[in-house]
Amino acid sequence: MSESVPTRSNLAPGGGVPPTEHNHPDSAPSAPAVVLVKSWKAPIAFGIFALVSIILFVVFGRDGDSTFRLSTDVDLIQLPAVVLPTRPTGVVVAVLLVLLAVYSAWLVASSRKVRLWVMAVFAVIFLIGFLTWASAGQTIPIPGLLIGTVSLSVPLIFGALGGVISERVGVVNVAIEGQLLAGAFVSAVVASVTGNPYVGLVGAVIAGTLVSFVLAAFSIKYLVDQVIVGVVLNVLVTGLTSFLYSQVLTADPTLLNSPPRFQAVPIPLLSEIPIIGPTLFRQTLIVYLMYIAVAVVFFALFKTKWGLRVRAVGEHPQAADTVGIKVNLTRFWNVSLAGAIAGLGGAYFTLGSVGSFQKEMTAGAGYIALAAVIFGRWDPIRATLAALLFGFATNMQYVLGVIGSPVPSEFLLMLPYVVTIFAVAGLVGRVRGPAAAGKPYVSA
Amino acid sequence: MSDTTITPAAPGASGSPAPSAAPAVEPPSRWRQTFNEIIGGSVMISILAVVLAMIVGGILIAVTDENVQKASVYFFARPGDTFAEIWKAVSGAYVSLFQGAIFNPKRDDFIQQIKPITETLTFATPLITAGLGVGLAFRVGMFNIGGRGQMLIAAACAGWVAFTFHLPPGLHMVVAVLAGLIGGGIWGGLAGLLKARTGAHEVIVTIMLNYVAFYLISYLLRTPILQAPGSNNPKSPPLDASAVFPQILGPQFNLNFGFILVIAATFFVWWLLNRSALGFKFRAVGINPNAARVAGINVKNMYVYAMVISGALVGLAGVSQVLGPLSSGFSSGLDAGIGFDAITVALLGRSKPWGIFVAGILFGAFKAGGFAMQASQGIPIDIVLVVQSLIVLFIAAPPLIRTVFRLPDPSKPKKPKARKTPIAPTQEAVIAK
Repeated sequence: MSESVPTRSNLAPGGGVPPTEHNHPDSAPSAPAVVLVKSWKAPIAFGIFALVSIILFVVFGRDGDSTFRLSTDVDLIQLPAVVLPTRPTGVVVAVLLVLLAVYSAWLVASSRKVRLWVMAVFAVIFLIGFLTWASAGQTIPIPGLLIGTVSLSVPLIFGALGGVISERVGVVNVAIEGQLLAGAFVSAVVASVTGNPYVGLVGAVIAGTLVSFVLAAFSIKYLVDQVIVGVVLNVLVTGLTSFLYSQVLTADPTLLNSPPRFQAVPIPLLSEIPIIGPTLFRQTLIVYLMYIAVAVVFFALFKTKWGLRVRAVGEHPQAADTVGIKVNLTRFWNVSLAGAIAGLGGAYFTLGSVGSFQKEMTAGAGYIALAAVIFGRWDPIRATLAALLFGFATNMQYVLGVIGSPVPSEFLLMLPYVVTIFAVAGLVGRVRGPAAAGKPYVSA
Repeated sequence: MSDTTITPAAPGASGSPAPSAAPAVEPPSRWRQTFNEIIGGSVMISILAVVLAMIVGGILIAVTDENVQKASVYFFARPGDTFAEIWKAVSGAYVSLFQGAIFNPKRDDFIQQIKPITETLTFATPLITAGLGVGLAFRVGMFNIGGRGQMLIAAACAGWVAFTFHLPPGLHMVVAVLAGLIGGGIWGGLAGLLKARTGAHEVIVTIMLNYVAFYLISYLLRTPILQAPGSNNPKSPPLDASAVFPQILGPQFNLNFGFILVIAATFFVWWLLNRSALGFKFRAVGINPNAARVAGINVKNMYVYAMVISGALVGLAGVSQVLGPLSSGFSSGLDAGIGFDAITVALLGRSKPWGIFVAGILFGAFKAGGFAMQASQGIPIDIVLVVQSLIVLFIAAPPLIRTVFRLPDPSKPKKPKARKTPIAPTQEAVIAK
């Protein structure tokens, strides 16, 4: 956040951050900005992963067949399970990965960029190879893997959307964790007392907004460093909810902490599409709200007057002020909106999955959502994808844990975080957020 | 642009990490400065912030107290009962907090009576050194949320040395501490290196490294490298007595040699920041990295050095836990949230070494007293988190405190007593600007 951003003129951060500028590993520290330096990061990363795949899938290849089950028992259209012979598949995957690494090296050598789709293809192939290798002689339920991914990602996605809006308008939102936790707590209590999960959802929205009010008041009115307010708010909400949980909720759990949960609502027709149907369209109301939220935030941020103003305030508040946009008011209401969205994500912890509130039940999801925001370069869609990546990696560890994986579970749990470090350091490079994020605006 | 307005409030990452940044005019004498600080604000604001936070905490305790709730049912018939119950609940809580943290006159002999204050210092030990690490990073304009990971790695390194090798007493301890410092320094330096070389944001990297360290140590605690032989629990064997910190006040107190190290570390950081060339560069980078670069400072290297030192300091917190209270064997939960508490300690201490020292002792007192309060009054220790975070919030916003207590604004040049009306915070901000 204290990244010194030299003032640049391009006001479209969502699109292409010039990846070749500044981020060459060997560029001398004092060298001025050199345009078009060849970035060898992608080929190097590909090479490392290709090497890993050769070692894992070929040298330590396992014998047997890996079965991928594609349908659940209740599906209308039953797809046959795919059976792959483990060792030959591993060899094929390793060869493909090496070819892709060579291809990307060739691209860079001839001064061309490695496109995103190359990375995506590489990642998918590596993943198939890894799952095949890990499930030798076992069956992996693909729908289960994906359904779990979506459930684990829901709060992360809501939190990341809140983060995107807040940071786009120029207020760094480290308080996502607090907003999620407040949403989870209030929604559980409200839904439990009223017996109505919908009212609980409203409660979660209000709780998230209240946390945001504090963030907005301190950072906009009192000009306190936004990161500090965010961190402290997380501690405050953690302390407050834990205190009230121990002191009040445990005294009468049946009245205060046994909320009704949302039931899954299958969408007719769509829910019968193989693989996609069970994954996306047999979910609870909160998940459907999430789909809408992602689409609306993306559309509104980039296609509407509101979005233009938000981005203007976050990029160049002085310019926005000059054309008559009330900077601090815009910031205040949009930070509140961000809190409302993150609060919805908090409701998913209680009303969507677990039911009752537990101490510190968000367990750092807010910080992961923050990472997803930066990983996703402050773009709602990319941030959503980043959140899904975290959800997938976490769920893969559960699934592989059930079938007994050859890798210690700790390393699988570590995987999403290591991947993020690699991605942030290597592939994403020097990310540039909204230029004015983190800086209070005082009109002259 | 608005840096001057937030200097008293924000020691933090983005704007102005050096609250001590003096105006261009030649500063007045030190006594004069101290006097002005006490009268004019910073110290007063800090004290009032603590008071205000304790008041809010008291309200929370009163509202959630069962007896208060019972009495409030017939509030309009006999309001005195409600107030009596409120007084009983709140005063009971804070008296037991005091007795648990500083001095307990109810105990039999003097040793037992003053034991609480040594407990406070014991709790403060890791908080101060971790706070120093986080504060140092703040001063260089970086935000080290990786306290958990750095503590875990450092503690594991120190612990491993302590139970694997069998060296003479004294030397063993020194080697263990050094191993911990190196471990923490490497883990912190990794984030600095990635920031300097690839531009990776240190906030993300340190958060991610927390998880990586946690799972790495969890894994190692299941393997013979760290796990106690013949045990199924993910816990290390007890450490060699030759490596464990000695208790400096005799066996009846828990306070150990770690506290001496903390004083040394505080002095070191003070010297580093205020008296060394490296510290000068650190502060220059923290205030304005562009200007620092123009002045010929290698900004990227400063990021790396600062994170190495920061990680080592935070690591010392982990070491002091392992070689102190946890010397009978540690598990992967050894950080106990200290890595995150350290952030609030550093904020409260405004990233100044001795400020952090005082803030750490205050939070140590809250922790020691909180446990006593939980035991004797049944009030969950989480209230301490609430009070701590409120203190930091209030201190970060002096205008709020001034509005609440109707204090004069010290940024005005006139003597305080000449003031009649409080100044609204928005006005103050604008004027200061």
